[in-house]
Amino acid sequence: MDIKEIKSIEHDVLVIGAGGAGLRAAIECSAQGMDTALICKSLLGKAHTVMAEGGMAAALRNVDKRDHWKIHFRDTMRGGKFMNAYRMAELHAKQAPDRVRELEEWGAVFDRTKDGLINQRNFGGHRYPRLAHVGDRTGLELIRTLQDHGIHQGFKTYMEYSVLDLLKDGEKIAGCVAMVRDTGQFVIFKAKAVIFATGGAGKAWKVTSNSWEYTGDGYAMAYEAGAELMDIEFTQFHPTGMVWPPSVAGILVTEGVRGEGGILKNSNGKRFMFDNIPERFAPETADTEEEGNNWLKGVDGARRPPELLTRDVVARAIMKEVKEGRGTPHGGAFLDIASRQGADYIKRKLPSMYHQFKVLAELDITTDPMEVGPTLHYFMGGIRVDPDSQMSKVPGLFACGECSAGMHGANRLGGNSLSDLIVFGRLAGIGASEYSKNLSNAPTIDNGQAEKIIRNATDILNRERGENPYLMHDELKDNMQMQVGIVRTEEELLAGIDKIEEIKKKFANVKAEGASQYNPGWHQALSMRNLLITSEAVAKAANLRKESRGGHTRLDYEGERDEWLNVNVVISKAGDGEMRVEKVKRKDPDPELKRIAQSKIEDLEKEIGLES
Amino acid sequence: MKRLFKLWRGDSTGGDFKEYETDVTEGMVVLDAIHKIQAEQANDLAVRWNCKAGKCGSCSVEINGVPKLACMTRMNEFQEDQTITVNPMKTFPVIRDLVTDVSWNYEQNKKIKPLKPRPRDADGEYRMMQEDVDRVQEFRKCIECYLCQDTCHVLRDQQQKDKFVGPRFMIRLASLEMHPLDTEDRIPEIRDEYGSGMCNITKCCTVVCPEHIQITDNGIIPLKERVVDRYYDPVLWLWRKITGNKN
Ligand SMILES: Cc1cc2nc3c(=O)[nH]c(=O)nc-3n(C[C@H](O)[C@H](O)[C@H](O)COP(=O)(O)OP(=O)(O)OC[C@H]3O[C@@H](n4cnc5c(N)ncnc54)[C@H](O)[C@@H]3O)c2cc1C
Ligand code: SF4
Ligand code: SF4
Ligand code: FES
Repeated sequence: MDIKEIKSIEHDVLVIGAGGAGLRAAIECSAQGMDTALICKSLLGKAHTVMAEGGMAAALRNVDKRDHWKIHFRDTMRGGKFMNAYRMAELHAKQAPDRVRELEEWGAVFDRTKDGLINQRNFGGHRYPRLAHVGDRTGLELIRTLQDHGIHQGFKTYMEYSVLDLLKDGEKIAGCVAMVRDTGQFVIFKAKAVIFATGGAGKAWKVTSNSWEYTGDGYAMAYEAGAELMDIEFTQFHPTGMVWPPSVAGILVTEGVRGEGGILKNSNGKRFMFDNIPERFAPETADTEEEGNNWLKGVDGARRPPELLTRDVVARAIMKEVKEGRGTPHGGAFLDIASRQGADYIKRKLPSMYHQFKVLAELDITTDPMEVGPTLHYFMGGIRVDPDSQMSKVPGLFACGECSAGMHGANRLGGNSLSDLIVFGRLAGIGASEYSKNLSNAPTIDNGQAEKIIRNATDILNRERGENPYLMHDELKDNMQMQVGIVRTEEELLAGIDKIEEIKKKFANVKAEGASQYNPGWHQALSMRNLLITSEAVAKAANLRKESRGGHTRLDYEGERDEWLNVNVVISKAGDGEMRVEKVKRKDPDPELKRIAQSKIEDLEKEIGLES
Repeated sequence: MKRLFKLWRGDSTGGDFKEYETDVTEGMVVLDAIHKIQAEQANDLAVRWNCKAGKCGSCSVEINGVPKLACMTRMNEFQEDQTITVNPMKTFPVIRDLVTDVSWNYEQNKKIKPLKPRPRDADGEYRMMQEDVDRVQEFRKCIECYLCQDTCHVLRDQQQKDKFVGPRFMIRLASLEMHPLDTEDRIPEIRDEYGSGMCNITKCCTVVCPEHIQITDNGIIPLKERVVDRYYDPVLWLWRKITGNKN
């Protein structure tokens, strides 16, 4: 290989990832006058964001006037078990309404209230109806709106390009190397700044709602380039994934089903969530079925039913029912909307759920209950960034959306991701543009670095024989499912880490058959490195955090522990190439934000009432 | 149970069907079987997919001759002894195996003038009634699987891609033209550039749409009518222009 023959392309800013976060970031960079590239592994419009169902959270106050950014902020912090970066949760709650309205200007058509405004629905952990939505296909609306607007903003899109690794000039970002999936050829991208919007890593688990793209590429590339990963032990298991038939296990059943009144029952027909209300939420949760039903009817003063508690709570409760022998025939819980709403209403409000069960499970959700169970859904943790600029520890490397850390703390509220994408996508675009404008010298590319990345990739094809990448992936998924699952113990985590080491050795000798053009075996092999780094990070961080909080549950260390509230687990690559896992003390929060987060709801509502 | 598959293997220079046998278990869809073959027998078999739940429109192929999403086609739709034949969409150039080059569609979208919204109400809001957005929302369900483009004979057999944007983009145009906030005029292009006249209302596109969008009845026919109004009933058009009522 002669490196001079490799195609080289130059832009000011590279945005890697074309979901909601990446598209919004690219739109912003163009608006800031940057020569911008948008690079993604799939076709444009197919990123994970397209699958989002329930809605995006913003205190628009269209359905309930009592809503306010402070209440959204408080809900977010409580849902995140106070591990969130306060500043990020503040920015998010304040800016989300404007970002949602802006989408309307770009063509989004949300469901309407009777007055013709954007309608909002109830969701777990949100005090008021807050989720702007389009039936149960809100993600499609978001991505298509940004896509159709974005293609006229002047940035250049590179579809089906896999970015393999970052290039640096000294400490600073200089670009990246990508592989064109169609042809198998390599491209060197030169740039002043790179924004990662690469999403999560659910494909390390067997049961997940995530697509093939979620192999932790952003985490691993950032880690290799010297950035830090934070809070990566907080993995969200969504309580309601499909459990049957086996080939669709893990596919998401939107929380919107419960938002529209759906209830959870065990095999004895009991609404078990009433027995699983944590103390923190008891004052704001219904304690009888009657009160829950009144809430659904909109009776004033009725508190929300426990099915709408935060995801970590509901997921653990379902696990418990199954473990104690009260599960459904295929090992889940019953989710019943049929007895709660009329068939027409269900079809109108949850059309894709209706369709999904009809086709994939041959079940009519307007007449029969669904069977559901936990599925790995979302990474709260990720690349550690500055809350205002979204820049990582590596100068010129920015991150936003699911691949960044801080906003959601230990547990994300449903609907807070889509709004996160558009708020922090924009802020990352501003941050990267500012950085690029202020850079005195354009970085230069070190051909040696590029050559090494390309050689590592081609070795996988050129090797005479070696390990099958698909089987290796299966082994990793089984391991993460068994040892680094929804409930964790030291013994299992250590066994999981050992197994990861074993798979890493095999990976050193991975072999992809066939040629380089559109070769999924090769793509699978290339993503294995990223899956392995991410899995190791999750397992090691989970082993260090000796408490249970949000998406991280330790059977051997039950309950939240105050000493752990004050530290983040931060992961970085040490000089000797080993993974460094350390406790880092959190910054003291702004006192006013802390006060809001900890206020009693009545006090906060009174205060807001006086303000307006 | 063992089942027989014939999968098209090849690239832009040519190719052929290859036979594979694999075990099929309860609930499997065609995409699951293809993945199983890929993992066990043909590591480099190329197929596009993302969501595996009919939401992203990536996995479009032709299964026993019918344009379909591989992730939403259950194996039990076929007779137990039936061979399942899968080939790439015929309307678009093959990249490899079951994967086609659909970039032409992205070029068409770029030609379409985007939404030009009217000003906001005095309080900074946009007001639109649900009944006025229902039909636009129907078109916006489109997952860009391009199965309708694959089916439309104007693009498929007659290869008139330079004269007609195809059903997908006719409903994209309809979603803009019927958008309550839009103030742009696209009628001249709809006739001259996007080729509304090329469609002869065979409705084959509607039949294959996995989102059950009434592409022809609710999208293309109303657009054709607007073109007719503009060019053959200028008085009505002028009236609409004066009153500002596009719909
Ligand atoms: C089924 C489902 C339903 C959901 N419902 C909701 C909901 O109702 N509300 C809500 O708020 N959230 C929801 N979520 C979560 C939310 O959808 C995601 O967290 C969010 O869409 C992530 O967006 P993103 O922009 O960060 O990344 P994504 O949309 O995942 O995009 C990642 C992008 O990165 C690219 N990429 C990754 N690696 C590389 C690489 N190496 N080279 C090049 N490109 C790369 C990919 O191609 C892709 O374009 C849901 C998630 C799922 C799975
Ligand atoms: S109705 Fe028109 S667009 Fe649809 S398939 Fe027939 S000719 Fe093509
Ligand atoms: S209109 Fe239907 S068939 Fe055509 S691209 Fe959209 S979803 Fe697919
Ligand atoms: S894989 Fe998304 S529609 Fe089939």
